[in-house]
Amino acid sequence: MKEGWEAVIGLEVHAQLNTDSKIFCACSTSFGEEPNQNTCPVCLGLPGALPVLNRQAVNNAGKAALAINLKINPESIFSRKNYFYPDLPKGYQISQFDRPFSEHGQVEILTSERDEGGRPVDWQLRRFGITRAHIEEDAGKSVHDIGDPTKSHVNLNRAGTPLLEIVSEPDFRTSWEAYDYVTFLRRTLQYIDVCDGNMEEGNLRCDANVSVRPAGREKFGTRAEIKNLNSLRFLQKAIDYEIDRQIALIEAGGEVVQETRLWNEKENKTYTMRSKEDAHDYRYFPEPDLPPLEVSQAWMEQLRAELPELPEARRQRFIRQYELSPDEAFTLTGQRELADYFEEAATTAGNPRAAANWVLSELLRELKNASIDITRSKISAGSLGSLIKLIDDQTISGKIAKDVFVDMFATGKAPEEIVKEKGLVQITDTSAIEKVVDEVIGANPKQFEQYRSGKTALLGFFVGQVIKATGGKANPQAVNEILKSRLDA
Amino acid sequence: MTIKRTIDQIHELYASGESTPGEITKAALDRIERDNAGLNAFLMVDREGAERRAKAMNAGIKADLTHKPLAGIPVAIKDNLCAEGLRTTCASRILGNYVPPYTATAVRKLEEAGAIIVGKTNLDEFAMGGSTENSAFGPSRNPWNVDYVPGGSSGGSAVAVAAGHVPVSLGSDTGGSIRQPASFCGIVGLKPTYGRVSRYGLVAFASSLDQIGPLANNVRDTARMLQVISGHDRYDSTSANVEVPDYLGALTGDIKGLRIGVPSECFGEGLDAEVREKVEAAIKLLEDRGARVVEVSLPHTRYVVAVYYIIATAEASSNLARFDGVRYGFRAEESRTLSEMYRRTRDEGFGAEVKRRIMLGTFVLSSGYYDAYYEKAQRVRAMLVNDFAEAFRKCDVIATPTAPTPPFRIGEKSDDPLAMYLGDIYTVTINLAGVPAISIPCGVSKDNLPIGIQFIGPHFEEARLLNAAYAMEK
Ligand SMILES: [Zn+2]
Repeated sequence: MKEGWEAVIGLEVHAQLNTDSKIFCACSTSFGEEPNQNTCPVCLGLPGALPVLNRQAVNNAGKAALAINLKINPESIFSRKNYFYPDLPKGYQISQFDRPFSEHGQVEILTSERDEGGRPVDWQLRRFGITRAHIEEDAGKSVHDIGDPTKSHVNLNRAGTPLLEIVSEPDFRTSWEAYDYVTFLRRTLQYIDVCDGNMEEGNLRCDANVSVRPAGREKFGTRAEIKNLNSLRFLQKAIDYEIDRQIALIEAGGEVVQETRLWNEKENKTYTMRSKEDAHDYRYFPEPDLPPLEVSQAWMEQLRAELPELPEARRQRFIRQYELSPDEAFTLTGQRELADYFEEAATTAGNPRAAANWVLSELLRELKNASIDITRSKISAGSLGSLIKLIDDQTISGKIAKDVFVDMFATGKAPEEIVKEKGLVQITDTSAIEKVVDEVIGANPKQFEQYRSGKTALLGFFVGQVIKATGGKANPQAVNEILKSRLDA
Repeated sequence: MTIKRTIDQIHELYASGESTPGEITKAALDRIERDNAGLNAFLMVDREGAERRAKAMNAGIKADLTHKPLAGIPVAIKDNLCAEGLRTTCASRILGNYVPPYTATAVRKLEEAGAIIVGKTNLDEFAMGGSTENSAFGPSRNPWNVDYVPGGSSGGSAVAVAAGHVPVSLGSDTGGSIRQPASFCGIVGLKPTYGRVSRYGLVAFASSLDQIGPLANNVRDTARMLQVISGHDRYDSTSANVEVPDYLGALTGDIKGLRIGVPSECFGEGLDAEVREKVEAAIKLLEDRGARVVEVSLPHTRYVVAVYYIIATAEASSNLARFDGVRYGFRAEESRTLSEMYRRTRDEGFGAEVKRRIMLGTFVLSSGYYDAYYEKAQRVRAMLVNDFAEAFRKCDVIATPTAPTPPFRIGEKSDDPLAMYLGDIYTVTINLAGVPAISIPCGVSKDNLPIGIQFIGPHFEEARLLNAAYAMEK
């Protein structure tokens, strides 16, 4: 950001809640059906149809609210947000307004600026406020006819899908803070299984409110709202673009106008969608078709008890407990099953460092090559832990272990079994190694001469020959020591 | 006027084998066909479907009588109630030839109880009005005198009963739309407690005020209809999970010691002298039959019309937003832009009164006006609820006129919406407070037009109202 300026960013995240049926009717929320297949009188907004609240949506919203430290209101009310749009069947959206489901949250997360190559430079713990999270229904989708420009089509399969709108305080100062926050939200919601978090498919959507002000000034500048940010990368880029645009505008003597702007991903620019003058008056009023939503203390306790350790907390614990880097811990806590896997392997092995290395490099690489995720890995966490133990107690070498690992990945066999079957137990018996060393020196008189005349770098050659002669089973450290004593004698 | 039969009388004909559902239904359909050009009570008659269903009941009717309270009874329903496959217009052009794919809970319950739906009745467009003149398909006429309005908005349902087309019908009541036409047509009409009857399938006018209720020639038939349509419905979150008592069993006619509250606010300025006289005479009659008259007060009565027209229009402006020409109903063709399509569809599709109310409602919800109108109206509404709670400490039933005047002439108030709105003064309060009320005939004016009295009860005390009305009817 340009010197002397500060950006102020607030974020509104819409998360589709994972439910079997829609929020106010029994229609399925399954994805990819024929247009208008998942509809009924309620979600079509037919005259006379009435909404009935889906408690599963409320449960998911409750879990999400607790996961981001929001206070759930014992009583909240639904309100109608009135506006006309073809994909809004009732002419209003059932949402919440002045008495939302939950309020007053905050999260403490690791965030970092990135260098030119997009690598984090300095992870820092920062706190961001969350104003509220409320429950509402999604709209349908308008599809413009490519063949006939005078026609549009409406698909109401999505209409009535439950959403949680999570509104942050204007606490972000850089685009990467916003990026890290939305990443955090997405991981958290996925982790507790309340949202799929797929931004491309639109089940997690984000709008950003951006303003700039001279550094040190209290008063906020005029803000623009940016919509259509359907990836984390676009979110970050659009915010940066918008910050630069506003600073340049003000420095050139212009003024930022309050408006809604759309991100154009092809041009990497934001464009005016509608100005403040065209802004809707949504005429919110309490939804008379639904009684207030009441939740009990016992219900909240129950949900809280069901919550697992959350990814950000787990990440920070991994950093402390296992001495992992923030990046390593970030990857390992990306998926609940992966984090569980790592912890089990680390415990079995008694060596978290090695477990982290194996999971982060070998295992994730093999999984990626096989296009499967951790839940379908043939190597159990316990087996990986055992493999590490075999290395640590010098039963096999690290090099052999990599071959064993490949075998395990393909067959799912226990490492001990593979080592035994293939006779891969490491040779640590000094006399056996000495015998091979002597044979190798005897077979390579020329290299021996060169070594003796000062070309000590040939040690590596001899080590390699000995290891090769033992089929990789000789303990490299023992080979090293014995060779040195023979060569240098 | 034709001979009116009660449900009990029709059931006697079935029990003795003197008649069958097929015959009774055909007779009803024939009468409708004969009268409808003059009275315009029905917007749609399902002759074929009704006759088919009725004939199918002929063979089993005696068995049905034991467990189906409306076995073989022809019933008319207001055309803002959905019945699968039957065109529903709400007396509006904007619904075009809309045919709902599902049936309202109250209508389904009627059918399950053996009723034969013969047709859909006329109303003020979207139930907005008190005369049935605001129908896009022409006004209904009062069978007592066809130059007069039958009241509204459930005018068609009231006419169908009063003219002897059907013994009972369903209406809806948002601010008096069952009780006032019942009063104007000389029949019984009951607005149940808010939540007593499911609203699922009733095209909403004002969701927090709307209730479906019966119209009938007598109190027993009213009680029987209420029995059938009442109860909790999981498709309506505002329907109450309160036990449904035995309404027919409550009709003892014994009102000894019943305390009848008379609010002075409802007998003052604006009340027609003849109406006052008949209503006071009716109260006197009840006193003679053992009731005790006590004075009560409804101090916020002078605000109710304003409060009602703020809340009802606010909700209506939102409820009617779905009629946009996109998915069903009428669409103005050849619009060049989306907003032009919306504008023209709604301009051409809605009638003047509906547009007036949508504009009013939009205004009172607008930013900058919400607090002064909608919010304030809600506060007064809470006070009204309190007024009733206070009054019902002193009495069991409150008696008022149903309407301040006898029926008026068609066209008489057409150009004066305010005069029309003031006619709702005794009925809208009841919807705002959510309490039940019944209108029953209490006399005839010197012009030979009916006058009704309204009994109001505490929440879910319909049985008490029905019995008070029954005592008067005897
Ligand atoms: Zn649906």
